[in-house]
Amino acid sequence: MINLTIDGKQVQAESGMTILQAAKANGIEIPTFCYDPALSKAGACRICVVEVEGARLLAAACVAPIYEGMVVHTNSEKVQKSRRINLELLWANHNQDCLTCEKAGECKLQELCYKYGVTESRFEGKKRNLPIFDDNPFYIRDYNKCINCGKCIRACQEIQINETYDFVDRGFNTHPDTAYRVDLMAKESPCVFCGNCVAVCPTGALTSKINRGTFRTWEVEKKVKTTCTYCGCGCGLELNVIGNKVVRVTPDLSGTTPNEHGALCTKGRFGFDFINREDRLTNPLIKENGKFRKASWEEALDLIASKLKGIADVNGGNSLMFLSSARTTNEENYLMQKLSRAVFKTNNVDHCARL
Amino acid sequence: MGCCQPIDKVTAIVEQYKGEKGALIPVLHAVQKELGYLPKDALETIAAGLNIPASEVYGTTTFYTLFSTKEKAENIIRVCESGPCHVSGYQKVLEAIKEELNIEVGEATEDKKFYLEMTACLGVCAEAPAIMINDKTYVNLTPEKVKALLASF
Amino acid sequence: MNYIETDGVKIVLRNFGKIDPLKVEEYVARGGYESLKKALTAMTPEAVIEEVKASGLRGRGGAGFPTGLKWSFTKKDADQKYIVCNADEGEPGTAKDRLIMTGDPHGLIEGMAIAGYAIGATKGFIYCRGEYTTSINTLNHAINQARENGFLGENLFGTDFTFNLEVRSGAGAYVCGEETALIESIEGHRGMPRFKPPFPGGAGLWGKPTVVNNVETLANVPVILDKGADWYKSIGTEKSAGTKIFILCGNLRNTGALELPFGMTVREVMETYGGGLLTGRDLQMVHLGGAASGIMPPALIDTPLTYEDLQAVGQGLGSGVILAIDDQKDFMSYICSNTHFFEHESCGKCTPCREGTARINEILHRIAAGDGTLEDLDNLKDLGEMMQISALCGLGQAAPTPVLTSLEHFMDKYVEAVSGKKNEVNEEAVATEAIHKSYYEAAPIKLD
Repeated sequence: MINLTIDGKQVQAESGMTILQAAKANGIEIPTFCYDPALSKAGACRICVVEVEGARLLAAACVAPIYEGMVVHTNSEKVQKSRRINLELLWANHNQDCLTCEKAGECKLQELCYKYGVTESRFEGKKRNLPIFDDNPFYIRDYNKCINCGKCIRACQEIQINETYDFVDRGFNTHPDTAYRVDLMAKESPCVFCGNCVAVCPTGALTSKINRGTFRTWEVEKKVKTTCTYCGCGCGLELNVIGNKVVRVTPDLSGTTPNEHGALCTKGRFGFDFINREDRLTNPLIKENGKFRKASWEEALDLIASKLKGIADVNGGNSLMFLSSARTTNEENYLMQKLSRAVFKTNNVDHCARL
Repeated sequence: MGCCQPIDKVTAIVEQYKGEKGALIPVLHAVQKELGYLPKDALETIAAGLNIPASEVYGTTTFYTLFSTKEKAENIIRVCESGPCHVSGYQKVLEAIKEELNIEVGEATEDKKFYLEMTACLGVCAEAPAIMINDKTYVNLTPEKVKALLASF
Repeated sequence: MNYIETDGVKIVLRNFGKIDPLKVEEYVARGGYESLKKALTAMTPEAVIEEVKASGLRGRGGAGFPTGLKWSFTKKDADQKYIVCNADEGEPGTAKDRLIMTGDPHGLIEGMAIAGYAIGATKGFIYCRGEYTTSINTLNHAINQARENGFLGENLFGTDFTFNLEVRSGAGAYVCGEETALIESIEGHRGMPRFKPPFPGGAGLWGKPTVVNNVETLANVPVILDKGADWYKSIGTEKSAGTKIFILCGNLRNTGALELPFGMTVREVMETYGGGLLTGRDLQMVHLGGAASGIMPPALIDTPLTYEDLQAVGQGLGSGVILAIDDQKDFMSYICSNTHFFEHESCGKCTPCREGTARINEILHRIAAGDGTLEDLDNLKDLGEMMQISALCGLGQAAPTPVLTSLEHFMDKYVEAVSGKKNEVNEEAVATEAIHKSYYEAAPIKLD
């Protein structure tokens, strides 16, 4: 363990930790933009700078390692001033449309400007003037709101491993983009619309098109934890609900699900519109005389059980075949083969993922 | 394999550098030397051949000012605008070039013979003002000298 | 490039003009590769490092870090280490490394081989800026000759030391003079600096321990081994040992590069070798050390050219440029050309530099056009000081230096520029701005 002083408090932290980690472990929050525990480090946004006694420069807390006897000030006047100017610089090169921005309420830039009292910028002038890319069903890319944290690039490279983006151009013109600046639907683009870039974006630069303009982030009443039903991976989801309606899906970041870093795929993240559809089946139907009628689960299951049992009694278990689905969990698939083998004594069991 | 199409030349260059560490920038240099610029199909061939994501190839290409993704001209004029050339009056040399060729910075002449752009220091500061045409540096320029120089192309 | 002959001792330019740089035998005839032989056959790597440490040699790229110390920080146990020569000479006004590479390439190659032996690197890279085509060709020619003559390759001088060298060409990015950006560029990436630590000595090129030294620094090494640390230390001053190449440029009668022991004052060098200013002109300022260094007012030109004396007056030696600017030149227009340079050369990775260099340039152009305010001056200072301590790398930290030092020494010119003289438009500055504007508009936005 390493002994150090953070904001006048004597604290201990594990060797190898960064200032950011040591501070967090001791209940001290340092703001970040480009840092994400799931991604490699960039040390680029400089909003997490802190003062280390004896050092000429401010240190980026997200990458600076701690050492024995270190004395850190995370909120000194010098630090606050640097952060305020940093925010003024970002704000000056931003299209400042918080009123209608999809990200309002969850935007890191908005949050920190509020926290540091940045109501306007002394550095207003030219702004990026880049086209908005939205020629696809899922996202809108508006780099005029981008702060160049680069998390979208790293999420695509390191989580999805699709390498869709990199920074292009240099200096003031630098921004993330695809190869040849094509839209994500173009044949040159390897994008699979997993949405992991959208999920890590701290501002409104990358936003989802699904339910766009129909709700504000702060209107979400509850987030219901559930398991994605699209495949057997079992990714943890949070269904964001307003008035009994699912308005969006965010990943379960509790760290207890198979998608540890909150990675999701395009289906799990964007394919939830069926939940609220009026033509969705919500109870079993039994066909009688060529017509379906509503039934209870008990009735339906009893019917299936009696039919299966009847067939097995007459023709033997091997006359049956059990096929389960990738959209159910591993546990459910296990139960399916148990039903097949133990109850009906047949090995005729398979799974759609094999087909 | 034929070697008449430009893209075949790109493939040949990529083959030559395959397996070498950090090959991308040398390959971009070599291809640009061959084709004059770096068109999209060349970048695609490089990305596939060196097994580097296309986004990275493109991002790297757009970072460096010596690389161009668009066709410029037969001869590229780079006028140094750094401190010593500023103090020694590059502005007059630039004006002379613009006047002589009837183009602005960032433009090519109609006959695609010259393309004009600015550059940072060329490292001949004691003989400012200086310009570079293609890979040769010319120093101690005056408006008259630069006009004569252009005429020699 | 003009070379100014001096009477004094020459170290890095000892062979300049005296040998044909394309003939290795001429280098050898003047004692070339003897120091490499001495190091490999009569010295341990530790002894070489100790000798360089004792000589007091400091990095000649601009930062002035003690070279021997840098070498000793290289991680000891590693399967592969690299020595990299920073030949990305991009600091405006600097034309010294080019002289060495085209005038005495073997001096650099020998220095690199010795450095490689000292730190345990078997492979070296010379990262030369792409605009220096002659330097690249000369170096490649010299490397081939050195290999053919047994000065590079396997089992040098019958020892088990192997050393190979390769030239890599930059592609137009000033930031690649920053050592971690340079490493990124050799690896084939965008030249965006890495955060430190880890320092290259621990994890550099392809994650391996790497030492990055400037051309002029490495070219000193063979002479230090040949004549000894004591001899070397006797030249210059106590804290600035040896010689330095200075580049006289701007509004002087004579301009050119010359090698001098540390310690002469700025005025002495300008008058003795530069011949002073043109008749009837007064000195307005000296931009000393390159674009990223401070602006020196005439009142400070009696400062000796040493690391310590310049630091004491808030200035820096940088890469050795002495750019004299006389009173006929427009002040604001010069500062604008400098701020424009940094905006263009910022890599775009960190916020303070990417946005800050652009805003400083914008404010300066506004002031030059007669639209500035007194608040602009406060804002420049606030922003500049923030960049100095918060930017990721040396480029962003140093970029505001000319503006901040000129605010310190030439406040009257700034105040005059922002004091309601809107009608007196500064024509030179407006013309410069027009050039800069057309430049940006010409920047490619979309691939054709």
